[in-house]
Amino acid sequence: MGQPALLEVSNISKGFPGVQALDDVQFELRAGEVHALVGENGAGKSTLMKILSGIYKRDAGLIKINGAEVNVTDPHHAQLTGISIIHQEMNLMPHLTVAQNILIGREPRIAKFFLSEAQLNKKAQLLLDELGLALNTKDLVENLTVAKQQMVEIVKALSYKSDIIIMDEPTSALTKAETETLFEIINNLKKSGKGIIYISHRMEELARISDRITVFRDGRYIDTLETNTTEIGKIISLMVGREVDHNARPELTKKDGNDIVLKVEGLSTRRLLQNVTFDLRKGEILGFAGLMGAGRTEVALAMIGLDKVQAGKIIIEGKEVKIKNPAQAVAAGIGYLSEDRKRFGLLLAQDVVFNTVLSSVKKFVNSFGIFNKLKARRQTESSIDSLQIKTPSSSQTVKNLSGGNQQKVVIAKWLTRECDILIFDEPTRGIDVGAKEEIYRLLNDLARQGKSIIMISSELPEVLRLSDRIVVMCEGRVTGVLNNEDANQENIMQLATKYRD
Amino acid sequence: MSKALTTTENETEAKPGFATLIKRQLQQSLAFASLVVIFVFFAFSNPAFATLSNINGILLSTAVIGLLAVGTTFVIITAGIDLSIGTGVTLTSVLTAYAMKNLGFPVWLGILVGVGTGALIGLINGLNITFLQLPPFIATLAMMLIAKGLALVISGTAPIYVSGIGNFEAVALGSIIPRWNTPNAVVILFVSAIIASFVLNRTILGRYTFSIGSNEEATAISGINVRKWKIIVYVVGGIFIGMAGVVLTSRLGSAQPALGQGYELEAIAAVIIGGTSLFGGRGSILGTVIGALILSVLINGLRIMSIQQEWQPVVVGLVIVFAVYTDSLRRRKGL
Repeated sequence: MGQPALLEVSNISKGFPGVQALDDVQFELRAGEVHALVGENGAGKSTLMKILSGIYKRDAGLIKINGAEVNVTDPHHAQLTGISIIHQEMNLMPHLTVAQNILIGREPRIAKFFLSEAQLNKKAQLLLDELGLALNTKDLVENLTVAKQQMVEIVKALSYKSDIIIMDEPTSALTKAETETLFEIINNLKKSGKGIIYISHRMEELARISDRITVFRDGRYIDTLETNTTEIGKIISLMVGREVDHNARPELTKKDGNDIVLKVEGLSTRRLLQNVTFDLRKGEILGFAGLMGAGRTEVALAMIGLDKVQAGKIIIEGKEVKIKNPAQAVAAGIGYLSEDRKRFGLLLAQDVVFNTVLSSVKKFVNSFGIFNKLKARRQTESSIDSLQIKTPSSSQTVKNLSGGNQQKVVIAKWLTRECDILIFDEPTRGIDVGAKEEIYRLLNDLARQGKSIIMISSELPEVLRLSDRIVVMCEGRVTGVLNNEDANQENIMQLATKYRD
Repeated sequence: MSKALTTTENETEAKPGFATLIKRQLQQSLAFASLVVIFVFFAFSNPAFATLSNINGILLSTAVIGLLAVGTTFVIITAGIDLSIGTGVTLTSVLTAYAMKNLGFPVWLGILVGVGTGALIGLINGLNITFLQLPPFIATLAMMLIAKGLALVISGTAPIYVSGIGNFEAVALGSIIPRWNTPNAVVILFVSAIIASFVLNRTILGRYTFSIGSNEEATAISGINVRKWKIIVYVVGGIFIGMAGVVLTSRLGSAQPALGQGYELEAIAAVIIGGTSLFGGRGSILGTVIGALILSVLINGLRIMSIQQEWQPVVVGLVIVFAVYTDSLRRRKGL
């Protein structure tokens, strides 16, 4: 063997209560290489990256940099060791400026304690110029678009001049042009001998910029392949553990009738939405695609009365309804399943019964206002059966259920309330591969039973696989509605970046 | 004062226009405008109001709450809260008096005992919050009770009189600006507010105070020792408790073991009226000082207009509702 690899990770394990997030995995990164790490949600990619950047502590395993063993103890130590990371979630301070964010912890100082704001801005400007990015160093981060915030994250991570740079879904909020800029930056980093670990769900990106691809599945290392000799289909089948056609749309069922259940006309909000118009038919799954910050979740929030609507109409079953708060939305038959189940969907410390009947308590009280526990339990148990919720009993605390089963409890809640319009916001986020399939099946079942479903998802394959029609949004506007037969990743992405390039 | 500091931040580019400056500091500008309006109103209502001696009286009555508010602004910007500053003042006051009266410490050492006690209270709060991971509300609620009890125990529930001990009285009531007859307590408040404003805007302590309040997790991930800086922030708050305790003792010529509880809420009210966000990441010392002045101008004005004293808390309550409502209204409208 020649010289040691830039980074060598071996036998790493990490467990969380109830989950073995990483089980004896390995990974190797060479200098001047882009090494992609892929896997479904829950495969353990982000866990490994958090171990490398000192946020989590590993249970077992070895990390070597240039052949020497290192022990990354905290984020600051990771920086000193030469590892920096572009985080998937936003890790910026919204009340600080661009320059203050980029150089946080490394502010130019006078006598160690006093800030030199002029120096700070100058230094940040240099970094921006170096990367050819147009950002104003003095803008407050909270006033930037999500894409610009992502750029700030990128500049911040690169400013450490680390040898090892981890990019965790760096393009999830970027437009085509910005993605191209990033790729150019990556190529320059490669040339200067840096090593880049690149995590992405977008297969076409990996094919373009990675040299090797490592696949994780369910917390385990599966294989490492050379990019230019590997088919994308092969990677995907390694990721999910069986042969799949990644363009498959198998579960679509033709629905008869064109009964329009919901019409949204000219919906606008102060912050983002402009003249959003679409309709939803009975028994259909209507997918919502777009980049982060395109306004998909905001449409849902406006529909359930959580965002103030400035203009626009919501028409359900031919009648205009006024929705000013979530209670009115629920009364109108709209159930919203947030992407953040734990905060907005469930009472984690309560049991399955409590959560299932939460929105329909009235159905379970007698005329004296006394709650009928038995009736509530029976109803819950029938939901557990019909949705196949895996729980030891209806009195299990929801906190102890897996992500997929928690999602089903939220569904049970809305079905118990007899909501006919269900809005799923990222229904499979944080759910493992097996359970994902089950959620897909459930969505199809619900549609078949005549429920009308809006599904917001950032995973295009998911949107393509489930949706009868697809609404594409960009910058708060609807840029197109595609029938499933006509839709593909390319034309969706084109519509999703219509106003941004 | 801190306005001057914030403008110099933009020295590399063209100076921001007056309009943008007003907009950026809207809550402070609004608070300042309210202060002026209230002041003018009382001045016209009663000629005794706008006299030098009455103004000095207002300023003097602002000193203790003002000091507490300035210190606790740091804590609130980190999205924390300190409920122990009120009875913390009681305890530092009692210990300062006890040290000078019962132990015969010289005045300078008595002052040091007071400020040191305050700093220690802050340190313990900081340690409880960072190492024991108690929520700030609970950690400082506990400290509030502990300080209150200790003050009663040490003083034997009786006031400790210190009038006549050295020149201690001059700490608050003397005047190094004889021309305007401004009490030293006021000078202490303004000088320490200017220093605090400088620290908040121009030092790494200030930067990390904002950063922690803006996004604590991201600050930690950026490699900053959040624990350390949080402890320092609570110690800063504690030093201001100590200064307030010393000033109060000097002003009254005694330590009153029953006086202090409730000051924390007045101080927090001043901070909020001044536009500092309880959710962290946003705030200023200038705003806080204006907030404290609004409270004491109101109280003094009501008194001068011979309105029954019991109405004061009612008015203060209304002012808080008004101030925070306008602030959130402004934010919702995205101004």
